[in-house]
Amino acid sequence: MFAGFDFDVLIKSLPFLWLGMQLTLQLTVLAVGGGLILGTVLAVIRLSPIKPLSMAVAAYVNFLRSMPLILVIFWFYTLIPRVTGTSVSSFYSVLIAFIMFEAAYYSEIIRAGISSVRRGQISAALALGLTPPQAMRYVVLPQAVRNMIPVLLTQSIIMLQDTSLVYVVGLRDFLTSAEIVAGRDNRPIELYLTVALVFLVVCFSASRLVNLMRRRYSL
Amino acid sequence: MGAYNWNWPILLKEPYFGWIVSGFGNTCLIAVIAWAIAFPLGSAVGLARTTELPWLRLIGTAYVELFRNIPLLAQMFVWYYVVPELLPNDWSQWVKRDMPYPQFYTAVLCLGLYTASRVAEQVRSGIEAIPRGQRHAGLAMGLTPGQVYRYILLPVGYRTIIPPLTSDFLGVFKNSSLALTIGVLELTSQARQIEEYTFAAFEAFATATVLYCMVTGLVILIMRQVERRTRIAGTIALGAS
Repeated sequence: MFAGFDFDVLIKSLPFLWLGMQLTLQLTVLAVGGGLILGTVLAVIRLSPIKPLSMAVAAYVNFLRSMPLILVIFWFYTLIPRVTGTSVSSFYSVLIAFIMFEAAYYSEIIRAGISSVRRGQISAALALGLTPPQAMRYVVLPQAVRNMIPVLLTQSIIMLQDTSLVYVVGLRDFLTSAEIVAGRDNRPIELYLTVALVFLVVCFSASRLVNLMRRRYSL
Repeated sequence: MGAYNWNWPILLKEPYFGWIVSGFGNTCLIAVIAWAIAFPLGSAVGLARTTELPWLRLIGTAYVELFRNIPLLAQMFVWYYVVPELLPNDWSQWVKRDMPYPQFYTAVLCLGLYTASRVAEQVRSGIEAIPRGQRHAGLAMGLTPGQVYRYILLPVGYRTIIPPLTSDFLGVFKNSSLALTIGVLELTSQARQIEEYTFAAFEAFATATVLYCMVTGLVILIMRQVERRTRIAGTIALGAS
């Protein structure tokens, strides 16, 4: 079955594939960072007592979560140039799409993490004479963060896999680069199996690490 | 936004109206058939991971890790471009020449097998959340392992995982959009095509968005009812998300 497996094609296209991998990693890191920041802001607003604001955020989160990521990418890809009137590189339009999309998911994780801390803990902290910010800083957040970090990391691994969707706007990430080589050299088997294997190894190891961490630091 | 020429009526003209209808139909069809694969298969894989047989658990774990750690789009390309090449000769010939709607069925199979790995995780966690004492009590009363699953673990397990299973169904509904990468004309690709033909980008994408949101809302409403009807007395209901 694998008698005709051509490693030469892979070796020759390695530099090109590595360029694609760099774009994948760059996009993942920036989108995770941006998504976390925006997601935290959204979660804080969602938990705030100001009803109209928290409802607006809830609507945003539910709206984005009911859309396919590909459609969100298309939206921003055509929307941003029209709104700003200037052409934006597809990298930035895709990056913004990812940040807006992932923030919706991150904010739910962060909100669940904060909500998972029992009310009694806050009451106890306040009864001990801590101020509300101190109660947040020393009692709620240390527990909440420990609860949510494994889930946030798992979501980031999913995010790494999702970056492959930039294929639909022709951005040259790892998978798209492989697709280009596969078409050029007519070697789909070698290229696609390599992509699958690389992702499998990276994502599997990463999720094992997350599990290990979860076991070590869980409350 | 400068001078954008709104052109909603164009969506009601042929062929564009027909494109949206057929795209929406394809999206729903892909999601439903893929779910029909994912639910039984995922249940079987999830159950395998809760049995006492090490080799069966290993197969279940391997399945889940394999499908969960490769991007869905890469899986789509492997099923479409690689698998037909690796099949025995006459199968390969059939897939390449005689199989009807090859893109459609490839997409359905790919989504079904991928979603099965997610269903498997929910089923496993649903069963593992049941206190071990229930399984032991069942066995102590003389039930066979099969009966323990049939009468104790499954009825409780499935009812507790209705909300995450709803999310997974909505997941396969949204993920059906990836079928466009191998040329299936589902909702997102039809919207994209209308945009390319008419430049009515906002109208086309907004229509697709509204349709996705409507189905999501409808499914959540229905599943909330199902959840209420099947709730186990004394447990707290969690809303589907």
